[in-house]
Amino acid sequence: MAERDHRGPRPTGFDTLTLHAGQRPDAATGARATPIYQSASFVFPDTDFAVGLFNIERAGHVYSRLSNPTNAVLEERISALEGGVGAIATASGQAAMHLAVATIAGAGDHIVASRSLYGGTHNLLEYTLPRFGIETTFVDPRSPEAFEAAIRDNTKLLFGEILGNPGLEVLNVPRIAEVAHGAGVPLLVDSTFATPWLCTPIAHGADIVIHSATKFLSGHGIVIGGLVVDGGTFDWEKAENVAAAEEGLARFPTLTEAYEGFHDLVFAEEFGPQAFVTRARREGMRDFGACMAPTTAFHILQGLETLPLRMARHVENARQVVRFLAEHEAVASVSHPELPDHPDHELAAKLLPKGAGAVFGFELKGGREAGRTFIEALSLFSHLANVGDAKSLVIHPASTTHHRMDEKALAAAGIGEGLVRLSIGLEDPRDLIDDLGRALRRASRPPRGGAS
Amino acid sequence: MSGYAVQVDGVQAYVGNGSSGVVADAPAVVFIHGAGMDHTVWALPARHFARKGLRVVAPDLPGHGRSSAPADGAPALASVGKMAAWIAKLLDALGIATAAVVGHSMGSLVAWRFACDHSKRCRALALLGTSMPMPVTDLLLDAAHDNHHAAIDMANAWSHSTPGALGANDNPGLWMLAAGERLLERSGPGVFHADLSACNGFRADESEVTCPALVIAGNEDRMTPAKAGLDVASHLPDARVVRLDCGHAMLNERPNEVLDALIGIV
Repeated sequence: MAERDHRGPRPTGFDTLTLHAGQRPDAATGARATPIYQSASFVFPDTDFAVGLFNIERAGHVYSRLSNPTNAVLEERISALEGGVGAIATASGQAAMHLAVATIAGAGDHIVASRSLYGGTHNLLEYTLPRFGIETTFVDPRSPEAFEAAIRDNTKLLFGEILGNPGLEVLNVPRIAEVAHGAGVPLLVDSTFATPWLCTPIAHGADIVIHSATKFLSGHGIVIGGLVVDGGTFDWEKAENVAAAEEGLARFPTLTEAYEGFHDLVFAEEFGPQAFVTRARREGMRDFGACMAPTTAFHILQGLETLPLRMARHVENARQVVRFLAEHEAVASVSHPELPDHPDHELAAKLLPKGAGAVFGFELKGGREAGRTFIEALSLFSHLANVGDAKSLVIHPASTTHHRMDEKALAAAGIGEGLVRLSIGLEDPRDLIDDLGRALRRASRPPRGGAS
Repeated sequence: MSGYAVQVDGVQAYVGNGSSGVVADAPAVVFIHGAGMDHTVWALPARHFARKGLRVVAPDLPGHGRSSAPADGAPALASVGKMAAWIAKLLDALGIATAAVVGHSMGSLVAWRFACDHSKRCRALALLGTSMPMPVTDLLLDAAHDNHHAAIDMANAWSHSTPGALGANDNPGLWMLAAGERLLERSGPGVFHADLSACNGFRADESEVTCPALVIAGNEDRMTPAKAGLDVASHLPDARVVRLDCGHAMLNERPNEVLDALIGIV
């Protein structure tokens, strides 16, 4: 018998969710916008309700380090957009990464990560987490086999960025998820450069997604914030992971064993698909405390309302700029997955069909010196350490975001001395191209006083 | 500890207990989940009544969650009557003489059947999102029969009120639509279809409930409309009705109000 064509109801559209998910008009005042609940604490209706909130019997808020009504709207909204079961807003993208790792890994554990990462994440994994007993093996993001080969008995997660920084390697999420799940390990993906408008990694097999909401999600370069989204897809109690528990070797003891810090609660047993996000809030936010300010959550929500409109313009502007640079005589190479010669061109078309982002790097023919002249000659582009602003940005990674990496690590991450990274904003693309053209001409002029 | 295993009628059954120790002589309360679900839907009320010193019994029905499939090899028990009989055997195995019985959706039918067939063992009855009969559309049954994801999408969409489909959950940061989807995705092949068929095949007979009862009806329930819940209540001798502005997934949409209502009867 031929397979029947069943159809479920049409889900709420992405654009609608960016405006409405997680919020209804304020019951008390009728406020249509999400109010900023600038309050450290929330009054308990009675003593029994208070105990109920502390004991996870009641839904509600206690203290803004643990949860806050404004933040909760943002958390629900990003969960809805990413297709996750819940999320936690954190003080920064770094805090989101730390919370995701610390919720399942501890001393003696191991991570396999892409070696093409944001410099801050690289610092955390390479230099800081080892002090706390968590080791990371860095592998080629384009090689699922390398991820597989690096997995050990104590590996707790696989990690990569959906678009590598700054080389824009496209993470083969379906393949690496397969490798991870085959080894009984979840896949964590940093989807900052894509946002859920360009790609939803959970739908492709990722289990946890993190964001620096500072970037495209908020979109205006005015706040620092992070988000951790739990896909609810990973089975922490999978047979092979729990079998070892009897020998005292549970793979994910923070989720499958009794937690003394919460009256011997076993998160995976009591909360099923929401075990990870519940542990992250009940332990990570309680004890590490890297919470987001509610005003920050408000700003990110405001940005999210226009995410589809902005991202469409970001990627279209980037496309025009990439085309211009790729044909310019002063440019040695441009790295963008939408270019046919990019090694991940086909994968990008599959995973990021609407566009491969608006952050990319290019190499000037004149090396480091030309790079300096170029950056200083730009007028519309702002020279600063950030991406994902409505305004266009520029930076020289080797001397700034990635300056802690030695030459070997830089080369391995595909960062050349003359690499310039652009984050394309929402300006008229003709003005951006004019600005870049002027600076490229300046950078390709022979040095003053030299032979003519 | 969060739960324990017990052998019941050839099934290795998992019983959630709301993280309390097993208090042998405390008054018991049984929570029976709906189609394709497991004990985790009761996480909040189970923890509340456990803290209050009750003996919480929140089983995964055979074939669901952490419980093994029925001994006859079917993915799940084939009828509401069989499920109610299994609950009675579970209580026997645990040495529990009487209990308050709470059920949601399919679980409400099981709870009602148990209350009728074992009236002396049921000290109180709470029916959440109930309807008798409980017809299931062929669209949903067929998709569930084929283990097609559209069945999950239908059940999930129809279980939430229109505003509820956009969230704004009282539980901070949780997107319950995806949570419901993930729970159904975890259910083994054939389980959801067996449950929906059991709901569809259920018929109330002339049996009578004698204990005090509570019916919680969602004003925007599209699976078991509030009107049907009120009709069920009208056939119960001593029933209180609580109406909430929510859909069928009332434990997701109105967790605090559901618990408040349960406190009045459990």
